[in-house]
Amino acid sequence: MALAADAHLSWNLAEDMRQLFAFHFMVNAYRAGTIVAVVAAVVGWFMVLRRQAFAGHTLALVGFPGAAGATWLGVSALWGFFGFCLAAALCIAGLRPADGHGYSEESAGIGVVQAFALACGFLFVSLYHGFLNGVNSLLFGSFLGVTDNQVVVLLIVGAGVLAAVAGMARPLLFASLDPDVAAARGVPVRRLSVLFLVLLGVTVAGVSQITGSLLVFALLVMPPATAQLLTPRPALALVVATAISVVVTWLALAVAYFFPPSPIGFFLTTFAFAGYVGAAAFRRASDRRRSLAAAA
Amino acid sequence: MTALLLAQSAGLAHIFGHAYMRNAFLAGTAIAVAVGLIGFFVVLRSQVFTGDALGHVAVTGAAAALAIGVDARLGLFVGTIAIGMAMAVLGRQGQADDVVIGSVFAWILGLGALFLTLFTRSRSAGNGNAGVSVLFGSIFGISSANARVAVAVAAVVVVGVVLIARPLLFASVDSAVAAARGVPVRALGVLFLALVGACAAEATQAVGALLLLGLLAGPAGAAARLTARPYRALWISAALAVAAVWGGLTLSYLAPRVPPSFAILALTSAFYLAAFVAGRPRRTGSRAAM
Repeated sequence: MALAADAHLSWNLAEDMRQLFAFHFMVNAYRAGTIVAVVAAVVGWFMVLRRQAFAGHTLALVGFPGAAGATWLGVSALWGFFGFCLAAALCIAGLRPADGHGYSEESAGIGVVQAFALACGFLFVSLYHGFLNGVNSLLFGSFLGVTDNQVVVLLIVGAGVLAAVAGMARPLLFASLDPDVAAARGVPVRRLSVLFLVLLGVTVAGVSQITGSLLVFALLVMPPATAQLLTPRPALALVVATAISVVVTWLALAVAYFFPPSPIGFFLTTFAFAGYVGAAAFRRASDRRRSLAAAA
Repeated sequence: MTALLLAQSAGLAHIFGHAYMRNAFLAGTAIAVAVGLIGFFVVLRSQVFTGDALGHVAVTGAAAALAIGVDARLGLFVGTIAIGMAMAVLGRQGQADDVVIGSVFAWILGLGALFLTLFTRSRSAGNGNAGVSVLFGSIFGISSANARVAVAVAAVVVVGVVLIARPLLFASVDSAVAAARGVPVRALGVLFLALVGACAAEATQAVGALLLLGLLAGPAGAAARLTARPYRALWISAALAVAAVWGGLTLSYLAPRVPPSFAILALTSAFYLAAFVAGRPRRTGSRAAM
C-alpha cells in the first residue's frame, strides 16, 4: 500500500483506528455503512437468486430523482429517497406479466421506468440551480454527511426489512427457485413478488444515501454473487455474503478517509469486484481439480 | 440563454432560424433512427440490461477521456464498443449473464466516479459541467461539425443493422435452429453488440449516458406491443424514436426551462405507456396473423 502518500496513516494500527474514529462523522459513517452492508447483502442475495438484477438497478437509480426532487422542494432528502423508490417498485411490479413470462417486454418497461426517473432527476436538478456538486454526491456517494438522525432511521428501516425477509424467507426461497411448483403448492407467488420488490425499494432507498444512486447496485449484486460462487448452500451463502459486504464497506470507508480526494464509491466497487473475481478464479480452479479427480 | 428566451417570444415560426436548433434536429434525427432500429433488436433479444450497462460504460469512457485530456467522443466509442464486444464474447451464446453484467459494470462505474473526480479537481470550477453533460446530454451544444459526424456514424449503424437484419432476426428468435442452418449466431451476437456500443456512444451526446436507455427501450418496447410483425415493429420503433426527439426538441424550444433530454425521455415514456395500455395483451394468437 502507498503508505507514504498520506501522513495520517502509520504502521501503528491502534493509532490508525484512533484517528479513524476521532471524528463523529466517521463514527456515524461506520454505523450507517454497517447497517447498509448487512441489509444490502441479505436482500441482494434474494435479488441475485430471483434474477432481478435489472429491477434492483433501476430501483437504485430512482433514488436520485427522489433526492433531487426533495432538495428542489426543500424537504428532507429522506422522503424523496423512500417515496420515489417505493413508487418505482410498485410500477415495476405492475409491469410484470401475470403469468411470469414475457421477460423481454418486462425489461423494456423497466428500462423506460429507469430512464424516465433519471430524466426527472435531471429536470429537478436544472430547476434547482447551483446544485451541480450535489449531483456527484447523489450519484456517486458521500459518507461525510451522515447525521445521528439518519443512522436511527437507517437502523429502524434495516431492522424492519430484515424482519420482513426473515418472516417470508422460506416461501420466498421456494417461489424464487421454482415458481410453478410453489404456486401449485399454494404459495402466493405473485404477492410475494410484489412484496419483495417493495422490500428491495426500501433497501436501496436506505443504501443509496451512503453509496449514491449509481453504486448501490455494487453492494446489492457483488457480495451475493461472490457468495453464490463460493457455496451452494443458502444459509451459508447468506452469511458469507453479509461478511463480504461488511468487510468491503469497512475497508472502503477507511481507505476513502485516509486518501481524501477519491470517492468512496470507487473503493467500494473495486474491493467488491476484486472479491468477485477472486471467487470466480477459486471456483474455476476447484472445479478443474474436481473434474481431474473424477477422471483419475 | 438570452437567445433561448428571445426564441421563445418569437414563437415556433423561427425554430429553424437558429444554427444550434438545426444542428440539434440534424444530429437528433440521425441518432433517433439508429437507436430506434437497434433498440428493436435489443428488446427482441432481451438485452435491455446489456444496453443499460453500455450506457454506464459510456460514463466511464467519457470521464476517462476527459481526465487524460483527449476528446470525450474517443473515450465514448472505444469504451462502449470494446465492452460491448467483450460482453458478447464472454457470455454464452453471445448473451451475458445478468449477474456478471451487473458486477462488471458496477465496478466500471466506480472507475468512472474516480475519473470524474480527478477531472473536476484538475480543471477550474467553470468546467465542472462537463461531467453533468456526459451524464445527461447537451443536444443544444452540438456543433455543426459534430452533427455531421453524428449523421455519418448513424448512417453506418443503420446500414449495418439493415444488412444483418434477416439473419439477426432468425438468430434472435431461435438461435439453435439458426445455428443448425449455418447462421453464424455467435459472430452476429458480437457484431450486434458492437453496433449497440456505437449507438450508445452516439446517443450519449444527445440525451446523455444515463438516459439513452429510454431511447433504446421505450420506442422498441412500444413497437413490440403494437405489432407482432418484426419488420413493421422495426420501422415503428425508429419512427417513434424520431417523433420523440422532434417533439422533445420542440417542447424544450418552447419552454426553455425544460431540458431537451427530459422532454425527449418524457415523450418516449409516454409512447411506451400509451402502447402498454392500448397494445395487444397477449402475444400468442396474434402470431398466427404473420
